[in-house]
Amino acid sequence: MSGKKRSFSKAAFVSCMVFLFVPLLVLIVFSFNENKAPIFTRFSLVWYHRLFTESGSLWSAFFRSITIALTAAATATIIGTLAAIGVHWHRFPLRTYVQAITYIPLVLPEIIIGMSLLAFFAGIRLPMLGRELAIGIPMNLGWWTIYIAHATFCLPFAYMMVLARLDEFDSSIIEAARDLGATELQTLLRVIIPVSKPGIVSGFLTSLTLSLEDFTITYFVSGVSSTLPMVVYSQMYKGGVSPVINALSSIMILCTVILAFLARKWLRYIAASS
Amino acid sequence: MTGTPRKKWTGYGSIYTLPLVAWFTLFFLVPLLVIVLFSFLEADIDGGVLPRFSAAAFAGLAKPRILRLFFNTIWVSVASTAITIVMALPCAYYMARARNKTMLLILVIIPFWTNFIIRVFAWKSILESNGVVNSALMGLGIVSNPLPLEHNWIAVIVINVYTFLTYAILPLFSTIEKFDFTLLEAARDLGATKLQAVFKVLLPNVRAGIVTAVFFTFIPLLGSFVVQQLIGTKDMYMLGNEINDNIYKYFDWPSAYALAVVLMMLANVGLVFVMRSDRRQAKVLGARRVDDTDEDGEAGSGGAG
Repeated sequence: MSGKKRSFSKAAFVSCMVFLFVPLLVLIVFSFNENKAPIFTRFSLVWYHRLFTESGSLWSAFFRSITIALTAAATATIIGTLAAIGVHWHRFPLRTYVQAITYIPLVLPEIIIGMSLLAFFAGIRLPMLGRELAIGIPMNLGWWTIYIAHATFCLPFAYMMVLARLDEFDSSIIEAARDLGATELQTLLRVIIPVSKPGIVSGFLTSLTLSLEDFTITYFVSGVSSTLPMVVYSQMYKGGVSPVINALSSIMILCTVILAFLARKWLRYIAASS
Repeated sequence: MTGTPRKKWTGYGSIYTLPLVAWFTLFFLVPLLVIVLFSFLEADIDGGVLPRFSAAAFAGLAKPRILRLFFNTIWVSVASTAITIVMALPCAYYMARARNKTMLLILVIIPFWTNFIIRVFAWKSILESNGVVNSALMGLGIVSNPLPLEHNWIAVIVINVYTFLTYAILPLFSTIEKFDFTLLEAARDLGATKLQAVFKVLLPNVRAGIVTAVFFTFIPLLGSFVVQQLIGTKDMYMLGNEINDNIYKYFDWPSAYALAVVLMMLANVGLVFVMRSDRRQAKVLGARRVDDTDEDGEAGSGGAG
């Protein structure tokens, strides 16, 4: 019995993993190919050499993606954590509004968030009641608009992960802190934030993941300011992607693997609250 | 519910949530309203809108071509979602019962950390006419001309499944992990076959995870356009492509935004459809919310659930 145990689900798991990893392996293998053709001819580091010597714009796009991911994830985590604490412990007039508005983005196709921000950043002046009323915030598309968009779609996830953590632990310690005379700020800094740490960390990591993974929303709000995915997209659209992209992607996959092992403690938690 | 504290009316709730309320009102709610507004305005010739009312965008939706896009959107999204869930279920089940769960989770999450467009690029280099598969087949002398692996529905659906598999596995894993597996043994002891045990005991108990997985897959798919554009053909275009073309090719923003309004309604119909099928599923995405709304009700703020 034990030999055949879960043989079906095991086979399914193994096939899913093959399915998930084969494209990544193809990327990596061809980053070491001597020429551009998709037939592996000879091992070569030529694309890595080009990546490090003559790909300045690619690196700036890459670092733009990284700085946006870090700042947007930090913004989403801070705002989301505070909101989760507020919703978990307090009653206040806009409570239902907070719950509804953090929920709606999860049930809207992401293209909607991208294009609605595009419209918002374009802005328009409407003649109304005899005067011109400005609607939207006219902004040039670039780093800031991508940052705002990313923080916006990460926020519900960060908020929900902290909220899930707050639901999990015994709240009597908070009440104990208050009964013993701690002020709201002391309770927040010494009790609430330390106990919410798993939720906060996984909220941050999830936001980081979503930001690095996103293409659709970035596509609408990036303008001429290119992030790494936008560079790859325009090369694909024009028909030829330089294998330098393979080299950079392979380095990123390696970093991802290292990061995943470093963050393994939190991964269980992320899955549990997804 | 040991974790649920007594909630009090204090000013702190408003203070803690103020940044979120401000951010989301400004950068989410207002832009959504702007979409609706833009869909009723006149198109400016090089993108953007003119401040004049027009219903032309909505009138323009009543075309057989748009109807086809609708049809494509729905069937491709449904098919891709169904395949994703069917693949993810046994996979998540295996992970939930494995000893080294963290290790397996790392494996599943790694591809997820690679940007979507880079994964599409990887697939393109596998499928294209001089890609990996065709060069291998031709090199081995199995075929003499490249097989048309790109530019077909199967390629589009395969890449959709690839994109969303992790999204589906994660919530399924976390619900199956909480499932009491002795129930399966009990079912078997009482004479159920393996299949019966899975369909009558396991699946009904992990419905919550299935519904979350369906949402994370189906809803983003409704607005997808990149895979059809880069791997498919014009015949495979969906509503997302029409939106994209209206914005960047025809510079007809009102039509794009009218389609967005329709897409929002479509997502909501899907939502209601799934929620209705089992009331308990309302708990999935909003377990906390369901509890909280009751409390809000008694506090007099009432409102949406």
